[in-house]
Amino acid sequence: MVVNHLIKKQTYFDSVTLMLTGTQIKKLDGVDNAVVGMCTDYNIDSLKRLDMYLPEFEELTPNDLIICVKADNNENADAAIKEVEKLLSSKKKPGTTNSELPPSSQEEAASRLPDSNMVLISVPGEYAAREAEKALNSNKHVMLFSDNVSIDEELKLKTIAAEKGLLVMGPDCGTAIINGVPLAFANSVRKGKIGLVAASGTGLQEVSSTIHRLGQGITQAIGVGGRDLSEKIGGKMTIMAAKALAEDPETRVIVLISKPPAETVLEKVFAELKNINKAIVVYFIGADPAIIESNGFVAAKNLEDAAIKAAELAGEDCLESEFSDSLIDSLAADVKLSGSDLRALYSGGTLCDEAQRILQPLLKEINSNTPVKGCNKMTDVYKSSGHCILDLGDDNFTRGKAHPMIDPGYRTERIHQEVADEKTGLIMFDVVLGYGSHMDMAGEMVASIEKARTGTGRSPVFAACICGTQDDPQGYDKQKAKLEEAGIFVFPTNVAMVKFAARCLERN
Amino acid sequence: MSKLSSFFNKNVQVINIGIPSFAEDLTRQGVANIHVDWRPPAGGNRKIQALLEKINSWQEKVRAAKEGK
Repeated sequence: MVVNHLIKKQTYFDSVTLMLTGTQIKKLDGVDNAVVGMCTDYNIDSLKRLDMYLPEFEELTPNDLIICVKADNNENADAAIKEVEKLLSSKKKPGTTNSELPPSSQEEAASRLPDSNMVLISVPGEYAAREAEKALNSNKHVMLFSDNVSIDEELKLKTIAAEKGLLVMGPDCGTAIINGVPLAFANSVRKGKIGLVAASGTGLQEVSSTIHRLGQGITQAIGVGGRDLSEKIGGKMTIMAAKALAEDPETRVIVLISKPPAETVLEKVFAELKNINKAIVVYFIGADPAIIESNGFVAAKNLEDAAIKAAELAGEDCLESEFSDSLIDSLAADVKLSGSDLRALYSGGTLCDEAQRILQPLLKEINSNTPVKGCNKMTDVYKSSGHCILDLGDDNFTRGKAHPMIDPGYRTERIHQEVADEKTGLIMFDVVLGYGSHMDMAGEMVASIEKARTGTGRSPVFAACICGTQDDPQGYDKQKAKLEEAGIFVFPTNVAMVKFAARCLERN
Repeated sequence: MSKLSSFFNKNVQVINIGIPSFAEDLTRQGVANIHVDWRPPAGGNRKIQALLEKINSWQEKVRAAKEGK
């Protein structure tokens, strides 16, 4: 093995571009490993851990780019480095022409786009709050995609924003649709009468996509970040956004979605919103439906149910799930499992959480890297044992790697591992469509499943749910057809897929 | 009507700082946007960053004091 490298001083690329490039390079002939990244502490540590570190890296700064490749010989290592250079040089800076250099600061960008009213921030967390504060001070709304922003910084930003009547969506907010514009990871959802406020990224995508498929549409889908309903933040953005939707003449129904909120915050939010004269559907995971209903709100049982109830209140005739229970039963009736265990590989955190809650009464023992109350924390998240429901978008799996909605790399590796385990009887996974997501996740999953089937001679049952719409860049029907052609059971919602899994496991 | 609900009638125009593909998606949809060629301040040097933060904060205080007069 040889380790060759190339350093490009004062050359900056964003982490997603670099991580995706690294994934592509690792697939090249003879390449054992590769690190393509800015010289941050994390990347330097990775080089040390992988035994690819050299003393000359000592002086490098986070503004320097390193391309480091471990390969079977010099020729393959150098070819990989050249390929990285080629891939990176093809990345044109968006929105610029040859004669116009892009702005290098928010201030310069604002002077070039004087009517800008939203700043979308996805820089590393340590720099994100500063950019967000600048935006708020210029009276612009903020979507803060970056994670690793402290809760103290979040509180400061949301306090400034609330005083000014501005939105801070995030931190760690992956999705929003504002005034018809999908931002970051969001689906193409038609305009309608339902306004959504969510402290859960995939929760918001699942509900908005289901509303679209049920024939209804939305006014706004406002992501507020997973900590908005925590004790410290106190639901600042949830309350402000819901009140604004209450005033909006286009919005007839409001939907609130959140991971488990702090109890005191729940009371505060309900007290602030109970006088709103519009129907409000609430799906707060783990909250008592009786409390929700006693405050005059409509309690939803899960994400799919939230979408159905909202669509009905917005004017659709009495709706049912896109997949009825009897249809699910009939699909599961002939399924024979070759192993006893369920393995679920999610890219969406809220979907993973929802699956655990639905299956817990049936399966009793569920292991997860992100267990809900009553499930077990996995000791080794890289090796499944028993029924395992994994969130591959959690920090355990995404340190130094792109999110599994963008980069199928680790999930496809894990598919092989789960298929090879003779205990595995059923594997389920999500395919999240929309802007920002991988352009052919179904194709990538099918390729890895077929490779695993051939390589291991095993063929457990596969089930997938697609979160998205026909208007998404990937096209719902095209993705569905690819999965179905590979013999995978496909469901339009996570709830339908999980019910199918429950029926299969009950019968076997 | 609150400032936020009145914003719901306006065209969104976006400054994108960070991942370039977010700006590309907006352009594809015909949404006015501008992408910032962002890089870590002070070349990623944390000591110089801290000094710049201090200078910025002093400047803000001086500005606020002048406006106060």
